[in-house]
Amino acid sequence: MSQSIPLAELKPGQNGIIARLKVDEALYQRLTAMGLRIGRPIRVIRRAALSGPIQVRVGLTDLILRRADALNICITPPPNNTDCYT
Amino acid sequence: MKRMALVGMPNTGKSTFFNRLTGAGARVGNWPGVTVDLLGAKILLGGHMVELVDLPGLYDLHGFTEDERVVRHFLENNPVDLVAIILNASQIDHQIAIALQFKQLGIPAILLLNMSDEAEKLGIRIDTRRMSETLGMPVMALSAKFGKGFSEARQAITGMLEISEQRPGLEDLKGKLAQDDQMETQMRTIISQSVQYPRMLAESFTARLDRLLLHPWLGLPIFFGVMYLLFQGIFLLGAPLQDAVEWLLGMIDQNVLEPFLATSPGWLHGLVVDGIYNGVGTVASFVPIIVLFFLFMAVIEDTGYLSRAAFLMDALMSRLGLDGRSFVMLLMGFGCNVPALMGTRVMRSRALRLLTMMVIPFSLCSARLQVFIFITAALFPPKHAPLVLFSLYLMSFATAILTALLFKRKFTSIEPFVLELPPYRLPTLMQLWLRGWQEVMHFLRRASTFIVIGVVLVWALTHLPPGIPEASAQSFAGILGNWFAPVLAPLGIDTQMTIALLFGFVAKEIVVGALAVIHGMEGNALTQQIAISMDWVQAYSFMLFTLIYTPCLSTIATLRSESRSNLYAWGTVAWSLGLAWGVSFVFYQGARALGY
Ligand SMILES: Nc1nc2c(ncn2[C@@H]2O[C@H](COP(=O)(O)OP(=O)(O)O)[C@@H](O)[C@H]2O)c(=O)[nH]1
Repeated sequence: MSQSIPLAELKPGQNGIIARLKVDEALYQRLTAMGLRIGRPIRVIRRAALSGPIQVRVGLTDLILRRADALNICITPPPNNTDCYT
Repeated sequence: MKRMALVGMPNTGKSTFFNRLTGAGARVGNWPGVTVDLLGAKILLGGHMVELVDLPGLYDLHGFTEDERVVRHFLENNPVDLVAIILNASQIDHQIAIALQFKQLGIPAILLLNMSDEAEKLGIRIDTRRMSETLGMPVMALSAKFGKGFSEARQAITGMLEISEQRPGLEDLKGKLAQDDQMETQMRTIISQSVQYPRMLAESFTARLDRLLLHPWLGLPIFFGVMYLLFQGIFLLGAPLQDAVEWLLGMIDQNVLEPFLATSPGWLHGLVVDGIYNGVGTVASFVPIIVLFFLFMAVIEDTGYLSRAAFLMDALMSRLGLDGRSFVMLLMGFGCNVPALMGTRVMRSRALRLLTMMVIPFSLCSARLQVFIFITAALFPPKHAPLVLFSLYLMSFATAILTALLFKRKFTSIEPFVLELPPYRLPTLMQLWLRGWQEVMHFLRRASTFIVIGVVLVWALTHLPPGIPEASAQSFAGILGNWFAPVLAPLGIDTQMTIALLFGFVAKEIVVGALAVIHGMEGNALTQQIAISMDWVQAYSFMLFTLIYTPCLSTIATLRSESRSNLYAWGTVAWSLGLAWGVSFVFYQGARALGY
């Protein structure tokens, strides 16, 4: 089993599985409603310049989110899943 | 009367469906338990009058945004017969959660899988019959934009309303919703049973276009380039239309009004022709440009490019204590500040909302644009006019940035920024036509109420008391202007322009109308008169002041109602008045000191 890493560390083109959302209840609901659900594959499409947001794809939905927030989304490389290392 | 509510996530085509179902007969109105206005319409379905209410977009019935609260309060306080849930068929895998939540609540519902045209193109196949069986509510595929499946959906809704019984408002809606764990399994079951995804997705047109438009370094220059071209386009197309309207108004004046009023007393002729007709007419000549402006905005909004702008600008906006959505709202504010202010309801953090609402009034809205086009045309050579306008847009951004920087410590937020990036879409001609028509109607409503009242008041102020030379120092307008002279004279703003500014506080459209009335002229004669009455330094100072001092009364009212704080609303107004004075003062005195 490999450790989970923050989504923010994935490079464009890399995939992972959402393992954990380290966020408060309100944001948890919002992320879930937008498709960021635990157990779903996610792919980083691109990053904006100047440490701007990242674009990710879950299923057929494209989302943008800030890198700071992407630090709180733990992912594992595709088949495994464990906890975030923090 | 039966009542049906429309719910769904933002951007799923709720408004498109609502418009198709209601025609153009929608009105904003108040509902019990809800503090904001909602769009509603009464339509005849089957044999029944049905009241249709378009609820704000929501992500989750548990949600914490203003919009989500509104939906809950509405459902708690208003009985409904039926809820139509709209979702984006391509995103059914997670959006189906809303349908399950409504099922849990026991509210009779129908599920409409919208944008089925896009889902079809992607190769997604949904077995609606199967889904409807497991879900326990009718499920219909539909394309609200192109109309496919619409009449079937309408029929199904009619059928359900036929046999429906109105449910009273739900008590303790949140308590009734079970936790999400069981739902997760239910969702997976339903999706795996009734939705088929294609094995491989070809790279979409959107993905290819995004590689260019969201390019880390080219993205922003391209964005501003596109904006620049749009403005060029608006003026290129708008100028001849504006001339045409002026010509038409002149013809009506000469051939209808003048003969008709030939025998009437001088004051009546003055009031009707110099007051109302010239005043409203001068404002009306800008309608083509404004309509074009909103059409272009609508296209941009519809294509999904604005979400891309949010992506590109978020890094910069975060340094101002704002986020990418704030930037989109600023852009929307270029059309009209009021809807832009209301658009901030999607933000969950109050601090972020308040800071965003504080900068939106500095967006150079289309009403202010009219004033600037008018003054610029009068005082600057055609070669310089675009530069002058451009500089005002820069000022608009600069004041917004300054405001955000100064107040970001007062309104600090740590709101996470998450936004959907929809595929690129093009509006249909029908959608554009409707949008243009709405703008014309909007203008006519404003024109028939306070623009007329405004110009009549200006006419009265400049012509009374009786027997004085019009707009002279002895007129009420002159007296009023003199009161303000100590404050406005240092900005180079004379008493006549002061009157225009006073009325501009109510709405910027009245400014050009007021100038027409004050000078008793219209068209070219008016522009020439304005050019004589001030020099370019005064004109620019006047425009700076107009840009910054306050958008209009509606904006102030919206600031107040959206923030529910008098202190905040008036504080914002006080800040912009002060800033306007300061900027104009520095510019005017500076330019004079430099010998201009
Ligand atoms: N392809 C497609 N686009 C649609 C459909 N319905 C709406 N849209 C587009 O989706 C976008 C969002 O629609 P809108 O009605 O404003 O969504 P709302 O936020 O839910 O009210 C607009 O660009 C619409 O033109 C549809 O059935 N098919």
